[in-house]
Amino acid sequence: MQIYVCVKQVPDTAASITLLGPRIYDDTVKFVMNPFDEFAVEQAIQVKAQTGKGEVVIVTVGRESAESMVRTALAMGADRGILVIADIRQIDSITTGRALHQAIARDGSPDLIFTGKQSVDSEGMQIPYRLAAAFNMPIVNEVVRFLLKNETVTVEREIGSGIREAIDLTLPCVIGATKGLNEPRYTRLPEIMKARTKELKKIDINELKLAPAAGKLELLELFPEAERGQAVMLQGSVQEMTRQLIDLLKNNEQIL
Amino acid sequence: MKIGIPIETALNQLKQTNLGVISAACQDGANELYALLFAGSVENHQEILQSYGINKIVTISVAGADVHRSPELKTRAIIGAMNALKIDALLGISSTDGRDLLARIAAQLDAPLALDCVGVDFTDRTVIKSQFSGKILAKLKLWGTPFICGLRPNVIPPKMFPVIAENIPYHIALEDTRRLEVRSINKTAADEIDLTEAEIIISAGRPIGAAENFKLLKDCAKELGAAVGASRAAVDSGFAPHSMQVGQTGKTVSPKLYIACGISGSIQHFAGMKGSKVIVAVNTDSDAPIFNKCDFGLRGDLFEVVPALTAALKKQRLSENNP
Ligand SMILES: Cc1cc2nc3c(=O)[nH]c(=O)nc-3n(C[C@H](O)[C@H](O)[C@H](O)COP(=O)(O)OP(=O)(O)OC[C@H]3O[C@@H](n4cnc5c(N)ncnc54)[C@H](O)[C@@H]3O)c2cc1C
Repeated sequence: MQIYVCVKQVPDTAASITLLGPRIYDDTVKFVMNPFDEFAVEQAIQVKAQTGKGEVVIVTVGRESAESMVRTALAMGADRGILVIADIRQIDSITTGRALHQAIARDGSPDLIFTGKQSVDSEGMQIPYRLAAAFNMPIVNEVVRFLLKNETVTVEREIGSGIREAIDLTLPCVIGATKGLNEPRYTRLPEIMKARTKELKKIDINELKLAPAAGKLELLELFPEAERGQAVMLQGSVQEMTRQLIDLLKNNEQIL
Repeated sequence: MKIGIPIETALNQLKQTNLGVISAACQDGANELYALLFAGSVENHQEILQSYGINKIVTISVAGADVHRSPELKTRAIIGAMNALKIDALLGISSTDGRDLLARIAAQLDAPLALDCVGVDFTDRTVIKSQFSGKILAKLKLWGTPFICGLRPNVIPPKMFPVIAENIPYHIALEDTRRLEVRSINKTAADEIDLTEAEIIISAGRPIGAAENFKLLKDCAKELGAAVGASRAAVDSGFAPHSMQVGQTGKTVSPKLYIACGISGSIQHFAGMKGSKVIVAVNTDSDAPIFNKCDFGLRGDLFEVVPALTAALKKQRLSENNP
């Protein structure tokens, strides 16, 4: 089973994002693996263990410094990594999708591709779909359960209100992982040491000679969301506060 | 501009959240709006759609395959209609189903896509969307035709714009390759309101202490017509399923009212609910970070406040029903 996992290095979820200009933020914050991608890496490693053969290849498009994140995935148990070096601030999801597709297609023939359901920085929510379209594979995103049996994959995804949809799809396919799928493993020192010597291929994005896209997404401006002012603190007994709240929501906010 | 709007339904009813999307696309009649729906999915839709500005109601019927078996089939049918009608842009709801469908269409067409937008302007092809888990907003321009956007539910208030709609039937024949098939839908919790589209949400954090205690919130939610959410701490402690988690690794919600009970207001929880119009916080600690980021604060124990709120709402409902 040849498995590829697409991961992205993103600012730590606890980092505050400070804008330095209309289109740039202070990127000296701590960077980590996109939280949803951890579920993807974990699932890939479990599938390899289940089938007993093949390899798990980590693929990312990012800065040179994304190497540390790829090494983290290798320490979790992946076999080798591919880092497509690009300034991710300069490229949109269409280009990222093309770069991941090319990097994988040049490397081998995927049976399964895992991604996270979305990245927590650009929140594009489209890479798994673009990859699937480029490879002409079926895709299911936001997967919370994954079962591989022979040539068929059965997945479950939540479609709101706790309702789960069960979907069968044939290999090869793309799976977008989300929280609930598994518990990503912690890495221990011996594995971290071993990961340092695993193969990591670096490719400049220009070497991939990506075909230009007809459409693109251009970032015009970044701006902070307006903050709320200090809260109006309600006073009095619990009964008084709830009565006031209902009154405010009804008459001032016209919600109730 | 010719804008296609995939219409979402639930239990054969038009979802209320479609109307804000139609208003966002309408721009007071500047655009020509095509409602895209599947035959048999909504009855008696004409009146409501045209009262919000829909010019053409496109009813898509598919021969040779059952579109409900696979989102791939739906995607191909909609792309067929978009091509036939020369649609320039697609605007849908950024709901669970909507995001999936719009992303499939964009990927197949190699078209630019922006999901979870909080604003959209078709005159200059720009959108405003959340980035960095809601910490930042980005203004993006979508180059190329067609381009595709998904609007976060409830962000644009519906506005009537009455027109007379024309009905256009669109037929397409598709072959089902059966490489992807929806096998079953487990509807055990189907009576609940979907968090991502709910107009009111009441949620609890770690202090809820046990799964059974969510009944307090459910009782209150019934009076409010609300959905019930949870923080990650409550989910990770086993008090609530992950489907109820609001936040960075949970759901992004955008209700008119969000009531957070016993939730500290961590950056990751905020990421999922800061788009709420009005935020109410109930917390025992007057220094809880959430009090710096909400509209109304109640310092108090959720085990007292929530039942009191339920009782007050119930009392009010009864007195309104029997004046
Ligand atoms: C990668 C990552 C992703 C994350 N994603 C999410 C996410 O999606 N959603 C999310 O919620 N969190 C997420 N978190 C976790 C987040 O950082 C916080 O740990 C979590 O939100 C805290 O939950 P809480 O507010 O319920 O609990 P606590 O932090 O324990 O806060 C409880 C609050 O309730 C108050 N309180 C105590 N007793 C009562 C009472 N009886 N009545 C009223 N108030 C009371 C306390 O004063 C306190 O303010 C994520 C973290 C990471 C690192």
